[in-house]
Amino acid sequence: MAELTYRDAVARGIAQEMARDPDVIFFGEDVAKAGGVFKTTVGLYEQFGPKRVRDTPISEQAIMGAAMGAAMTGLKPIVEIMFSDFFAVCFDYIANEFPKSRYMSNGQLKCPLVVRTGNGAGSRFGAQHSQSVENWCMMIPGLKVVAPSNARDVIGLMAAAVRDPDPVIFFEHKSLYPMKGEVPDGEIVDTLGSAKILRPGRDATILALALMVPRALDAAAKLAGQGIDCEVIDVRSLVPLDTQTILGSVARTHRLFTVEENPRLCGWGAEIVSIVADEAFYELDGPPVRITTPHVPLPAADILEDMILPTAERIAETVRRSLEA
Amino acid sequence: MKKPFLASDRVSDVDRANDDIGEAMRLRLFRTQIELREAEQRAYDLFLQNLVKGTSHLSLGQEAIAAGFANAMKPGDLSFCTYRGHAHTLARGVPVEKVLGELMQRDNGLMRGKGGSMHLTSVEHGVMGSYAIIGAHLPIACGAALRAQYKGQDDVAVCFFGDGTTNIGAFHEALNFAAIWKLPVVFVCENNLYMEYTPIGEVTAVEHPAADRAAAYGLERILIDGNDADIVYRTARVAYGRARAGEGPSLIECVTYRHSGHSRADPAKYRPEGELEAWKKHDPIVLYRDRLKQFGVSEDTIAGIEADVRRVVDEATEKCKAAPPPPADILCTDVYADGGWAWRN
Repeated sequence: MAELTYRDAVARGIAQEMARDPDVIFFGEDVAKAGGVFKTTVGLYEQFGPKRVRDTPISEQAIMGAAMGAAMTGLKPIVEIMFSDFFAVCFDYIANEFPKSRYMSNGQLKCPLVVRTGNGAGSRFGAQHSQSVENWCMMIPGLKVVAPSNARDVIGLMAAAVRDPDPVIFFEHKSLYPMKGEVPDGEIVDTLGSAKILRPGRDATILALALMVPRALDAAAKLAGQGIDCEVIDVRSLVPLDTQTILGSVARTHRLFTVEENPRLCGWGAEIVSIVADEAFYELDGPPVRITTPHVPLPAADILEDMILPTAERIAETVRRSLEA
Repeated sequence: MKKPFLASDRVSDVDRANDDIGEAMRLRLFRTQIELREAEQRAYDLFLQNLVKGTSHLSLGQEAIAAGFANAMKPGDLSFCTYRGHAHTLARGVPVEKVLGELMQRDNGLMRGKGGSMHLTSVEHGVMGSYAIIGAHLPIACGAALRAQYKGQDDVAVCFFGDGTTNIGAFHEALNFAAIWKLPVVFVCENNLYMEYTPIGEVTAVEHPAADRAAAYGLERILIDGNDADIVYRTARVAYGRARAGEGPSLIECVTYRHSGHSRADPAKYRPEGELEAWKKHDPIVLYRDRLKQFGVSEDTIAGIEADVRRVVDEATEKCKAAPPPPADILCTDVYADGGWAWRN
């Protein structure tokens, strides 16, 4: 067991898979010699050499397309798109190419690749470098989508993503990079599509993803002091989605809250609330509540950005008022 | 009006003693061109009978490019095509029935109707897909070439696209990417003079949309007559040889002309009067028929090939007409690698 930052876990997760499988290659902008603009890939170039860890030009379409061509013909590429906001300039690959090639070719083509990206707010970068765009990917048949909240899961889900035969979009949260967590020694391999109950509770289920997970846990701790016992679930994987863990929790607590960093419309919580309404309506003792960023672009100023994202205080207050109502 | 393109290195002198192509390959090049012409013409006729559904983009008039590049490939070389990909798919040896079946959206189609005319794919023949978003497959071809380079394999990725593609960002990203990493990829621009409905010259800063941009990526300017299968074949051979030798990518502009509109919806009325007729005098098949005769191939042999191809296309047509539509049980298959579509437990 060692304490590792989320940032260092990224490099360890990639290294674990590159050491295991010589068909795993890694490329992106400033990822090799510089070790990544967020310093998430430090040491990989030195460890695996210039053939396997490569710097690319600022060409997101070339990065994504080359990853796909390599994946189709036998490699297992991991590529980095520096900020997830940049998905917008290479969205053809995410929306039209990776996820549809297998279906359109009647199963002839494969696309086993991982796109890693820095997602989320908290860095005061403004509206084009701070978004949470996991819902852009979740809605596309053929993709898998994961978003770890801690160092251990970064490694385990990275391994699962690299070993998965489908295209996986791997959302790292920029504000979690400096966060430390306990990481077991040796190989860590998770499975995609498993949510984790981080804190059991009786009174309400709180679902969260990535940066919202520690905030949901903080909120649950505050609420415990007020006699409200919340279950906190880290959703971890949006596709595949572990609905059984979520439905099971709702059947115990009878209340559902989602905490989403994405702007409200079409956030992942909306899909989960719809599933729960369809399949567990009579388990609910009150309306499901979504706690999200409002439907606005993100501001740059720290004071404004802090106000717009869901905070532990806002989560706790929303849950308390809803349960009292 | 643009005149039919005549390259200066045109093989007008028939030198039978120093023939670098040979009769066997010439007959293959001819047969491929005839097959593409007959199959595409059949696709058009089947439209008119409402048996080909959806859209369709024909390569009538552009057959020499597909024939020349495909016949210069080795098994294992990979083709990446656009939505105008029927010809490139057939040229790799995919049976006519499979292609027409897909166009007719029958169960015997290449992808059982799940892809359609714009996405023809046959991995066993090296056809790694037809891509309907302009420019998307140039970076993808780079990735296939990157794998070959990384694994020390000697196959070449060959990427076909139209003149219109040269004005989209992915073209420029891919060219730079391939050049800096010296990837074994050959980019083939089929300049048929129209991006879709608009003349390419009206929307492009240079006269030759691919060739005039090669220098920007440190590549040789290669501009050829795309209607002469011998020239195309020779050019392909050189480019593949360079790629296999580790000398990096090539960008080849083949000037040609499509006889039909952009797609089935387009009657091509925007073309100046007489242009099509002028280009038909430089039809790749008319040209190549003469070439075969110049090299001493008998009219009987030529007519025999034509008749045989027609028979193949006729038989394929009948099989497709008799084939059932795809069954409902393939609707939700092959979304994910486990064969299904499950996104939740």
